[in-house]
Amino acid sequence: MRVVLAEDLFLLRDGLVRLLEAFGFEILAAVETGPELTKALAELEPDVAVVDVRLPPSHTDEGLQCALAARRARPGLPVLVLSQHVEQLYARELLADGNGGVGYLLKDRVFDAEQFVDAVRRVAAGGTAMDPQVISQLLSRRSKDTPMAGLTPRELEVMELVAQGRSNAAIATQLVVTERAVAKHTSNIFGKLDLPVSDDDNRRVLAVLAYLDHGRTAGD
Amino acid sequence: MKATKARDAVVAGAQGLALTLLALIGSVTVFVLAVVSIALITVGVGVFTTPHALALVRAHTGRRRLLAARWSGVRIPANHRPFPRDLRSGITGQVERCALMLKDPATWRDMRWLLADMTGGAIVAILPPAMILDGIFGFVLLAGVWQPIVEADGTYWYSFVPVDSRGTAGQAALLGVAWLILAFHVNPYLVRTHFRLAGTLLTPNREEELEQRIGRLTETRHDALDSSAAELRRIERDLHDGAQARLVAMGMNLGTVEALIETDPAKAKELISKARESSAEALTELRDLVRGIHPPVLAERGLGDAVKALALRLPVAAEVGVDLAGRAEAPVESAAYFAVSESLTNAVKHSGADRVWVDIAHTDGSLRIAVTDNGKGGAAVGAGSGLRGIERRLGTFDGVLAVSSPAGGPTMVTMEIPCVLF
Repeated sequence: MRVVLAEDLFLLRDGLVRLLEAFGFEILAAVETGPELTKALAELEPDVAVVDVRLPPSHTDEGLQCALAARRARPGLPVLVLSQHVEQLYARELLADGNGGVGYLLKDRVFDAEQFVDAVRRVAAGGTAMDPQVISQLLSRRSKDTPMAGLTPRELEVMELVAQGRSNAAIATQLVVTERAVAKHTSNIFGKLDLPVSDDDNRRVLAVLAYLDHGRTAGD
Repeated sequence: MKATKARDAVVAGAQGLALTLLALIGSVTVFVLAVVSIALITVGVGVFTTPHALALVRAHTGRRRLLAARWSGVRIPANHRPFPRDLRSGITGQVERCALMLKDPATWRDMRWLLADMTGGAIVAILPPAMILDGIFGFVLLAGVWQPIVEADGTYWYSFVPVDSRGTAGQAALLGVAWLILAFHVNPYLVRTHFRLAGTLLTPNREEELEQRIGRLTETRHDALDSSAAELRRIERDLHDGAQARLVAMGMNLGTVEALIETDPAKAKELISKARESSAEALTELRDLVRGIHPPVLAERGLGDAVKALALRLPVAAEVGVDLAGRAEAPVESAAYFAVSESLTNAVKHSGADRVWVDIAHTDGSLRIAVTDNGKGGAAVGAGSGLRGIERRLGTFDGVLAVSSPAGGPTMVTMEIPCVLF
């Protein structure tokens, strides 16, 4: 799998390159600035881009902006964004086009190499990988008048993992239930959230979007 | 159009009458009371009565300021020196209070204005009702009242028209019409002139203004230094007790791992996982610390999106409206952000609100922010609340805070910071 990597801190960039190479990824380019990233994404056509939010020269959210621009130019381009902090605001922007193939994780998640690599693979395959921190923030502010309120505790648990981007199989393992049970929960959830029947992966993204939107606030 | 103008003229007439009464009765009374009280200081009694008399003077000028803003849109800023917070109580406190009030140039401006108000101010104020009443009286004369008056003492001078016959009474009525037309056009201006006069006398001159400004700058600089020193102490303590301690623990664990790795691999593995947990916790703590110093979204996106991100983390529904054409300087953005953050925290913690609204805009060279909630109200600046902290934070940038929070709600906190956007 071919990867473009953007990270301005040398140590972290180097570590990510080693890590991904150890798991059999091919690093097409490992860049350190926004303009370099834009160029690499346009020219090298990677299978997935792993991008730091904050990049030089502006040292603001340049990485995120480059990734969003690249996804507008090439819809569905898989992008995994890494950040020192996670914000729902950025998660929404990444998910906004509903195309899938996005991830947004805290940088510390690379501590667990296998989970991290799993997230990169999921994103590359068009799935999502949302940081548990974003999801738990959402869970903690559940209000009464949203469709989310109709979910049972177990369904919420499943929803949390779906929102992170896990597959039914992965969820089944984590919750120690059968895959059939998970499938039943997810279809109940999609029903309660009133999500249209379409291919399963896309519905999962929509479910995350519904999840992100259930507060319906911070009007733009 | 004409009807509203006529109504304005009549309203101005009524206002003028009220102002005349305030000037002739109110101003004279409080002036006399104050002068007598100050004179009595020489025999001692005045020390105790003067603060009360001067408080009465202040209340009187305060009322006029209010009326000026409400009736004519004339803003007369109040600028009495505030009392220091450590004012003593009892007799010494009373003496101190008296001395402070007498030393305040605003007190003498008040007194000067009282003199002007009971003379010039009263004359200007009486013109609007006088013109209307005189105009009407012209018609009353015409209606036949001239006859008994003329019979009683010969000639009645209506303004400059000697009324002694039906013909001259007609002239009087014509003059009445002229008075009414004049009143129609100038009454609101006369009321405004009255307030302008008060404004000129009550507003400090340039030198006093500068002196006040220096005082305010000194105070806000102290506040800024105090709070940044306290902030540094907090950061030092957090680093020392948090991340630093965890890194030390991690180093110790790793040292033990080094020793155990061959003899007791199982134990070593356990310690490694502990070390990893410690590093994750250290990161979380550092992240929280960074958010407390300068939130990452604020650095990356500016005030608007930082407040939106803040709203997303609130446990209540929040709507954020942002109308900014650029970014303010980093310290201003930061102060505004933390002021909003504290207001929101207050709203969530104390108001019992389930909705909040934040509006951010930049108009007339000022950043204006309103934080409104639908809670139970009753918030006040000063009562040991976080609002005082916000005020100090904004004060450093010449910003101001206003809180409207009637019991029963809603609470609206408005902030204004003069600044330019880039």
